[in-house]
Amino acid sequence: MDFYTVFWREMLVLKRTFIKFFASRLASPLLYLVAFGWGLGRSVQVDGGRYLDFVVPGIIALSTMVTSFNYVGNSLNMSRLYHKTLEEFLIAPISPFSFVLGKVLAGCVRGIVGALVILGLAFLFGAKILVNGWFFLVILLTCTLFGAMGVVAAMIIDAHEDMSNFSTFVILPMSFLCGTFFSPDRLPEALKFIIDVLPLTHASYFLRSVAAGGDVLPFSLAVLAVYTMVFFAAGVLAVQRAR
Amino acid sequence: MIEIQQLTKRYGSINAVTDLDLTIGRGEIFGLLGPNGAGKTTTVRMLTMLVRPSGGKAFINGHEVTRDLSRVKKEIGVVPQHMNLDLELTAWENLDLHGRLHKMSGPDRRQRIRELLDFVELAGRAGDPAGRFSGGMKRRLMIARALMHYPSVLFLDEPTVGLDPQTRRKIWDLIRRMNGGGMTVLLTTHYIEEAEMLCHRVGIMDRGRMIALGTPGELKGRVGEVVVESLNGAGTQYRFFAGRDQALEYAGGLAENVVIREANLEDVFIEMTGRKVGG
Repeated sequence: MDFYTVFWREMLVLKRTFIKFFASRLASPLLYLVAFGWGLGRSVQVDGGRYLDFVVPGIIALSTMVTSFNYVGNSLNMSRLYHKTLEEFLIAPISPFSFVLGKVLAGCVRGIVGALVILGLAFLFGAKILVNGWFFLVILLTCTLFGAMGVVAAMIIDAHEDMSNFSTFVILPMSFLCGTFFSPDRLPEALKFIIDVLPLTHASYFLRSVAAGGDVLPFSLAVLAVYTMVFFAAGVLAVQRAR
Repeated sequence: MIEIQQLTKRYGSINAVTDLDLTIGRGEIFGLLGPNGAGKTTTVRMLTMLVRPSGGKAFINGHEVTRDLSRVKKEIGVVPQHMNLDLELTAWENLDLHGRLHKMSGPDRRQRIRELLDFVELAGRAGDPAGRFSGGMKRRLMIARALMHYPSVLFLDEPTVGLDPQTRRKIWDLIRRMNGGGMTVLLTTHYIEEAEMLCHRVGIMDRGRMIALGTPGELKGRVGEVVVESLNGAGTQYRFFAGRDQALEYAGGLAENVVIREANLEDVFIEMTGRKVGG
């Protein structure tokens, strides 16, 4: 239960800053929904359906990625390099696995709150999407994956500026290319192959399929699960090496 | 008890600490004295498992530092040189977090937090965020946090650096009271007065090596009881004498202004290295 202590600390801080966090999670989805739902969406149809219903699962995938990565990555990087509070955990008798699990779960809570905010807004904008247990499972998996990626980035990147460079070169391209706002089907084959290898693509595909009342996609689920395990293990290793 | 055998840390071609041998007895306050970059903090970071040694061994109460991590973590408390409190948490929550990390039970944690906040005179500020504390209050809270899980060995890395003289003395009182309870204390400092006032024994480090070791009295005895400082064209000159009479006789023959005073540990450092501790 050591992970719970790490998680408990994060929840104390979240409770204290919840209104600020909640407000910040409203801003970008609201802009996306206005721009892509009302603005662009009114004149666009995808596979005969409304663009709003197409884009909402993509925005949820994107938002869970950004929220969990940014929160876990930036706070841990600051804790390691600037506040030095990471040392308190490194000299405590808890395992790197418990530490990473606590941090990633805290990122999941924030990611899920962000996803719920978007769902609420999407329904207010008139989106018609189906939400079930599979939908939330993939949101949870996406949060875990990118929270763990945040741990890896935070532990190996030795300057705050490089954390934002990492976001610019890794997170931002995924935000736009991985099936969030448009289907990659019409892109050149080589680019489509690269996009299909990236994890966010499979989160978008899966959420979109379930939201439209379609099948669950076992391959996408497996890809997300493998990525999650790889990044989680890499995160544990990176924390282990910091000792 | 701390035992260090041939402890070494290299960063590339730079030797931060070289072949350090040292034994610190149970209940002793031991001071590592030396200028910035002497290897004091690196030594503490190796002993507290934050830096992996390049060679040698270290034992805390018989447990090897690099092998028996979980036992060593229970035995030691650490107050680092830099302020690393969780500024988003209150004083109480900082101590509570530490207690939880060390698997203390709820009632034990609550009782210990009350005791320690009283001990460091912060009981009235328990619910305030640590970010609102002054430098001295933060340092006292860090000491309380390090003591939370009843460690038997305490590491204090430059515990009073940047603090005003009054707060510094408060911290010294805390250290003496902790040691009164039988705790072993290893502190690093570059304040001569701090080492002389607090430490049973002092090790002087320079460029990663221990260049002198003994009680403050023994070390000062090596250079002489009295020192004559004189400033001439070549800079400040130091001459050491066994007694005041010889020092006065020597000073009487000098044309420039002189200061005659008792020798201190800085003089030991100057005599051994030709440099000042802060220089």
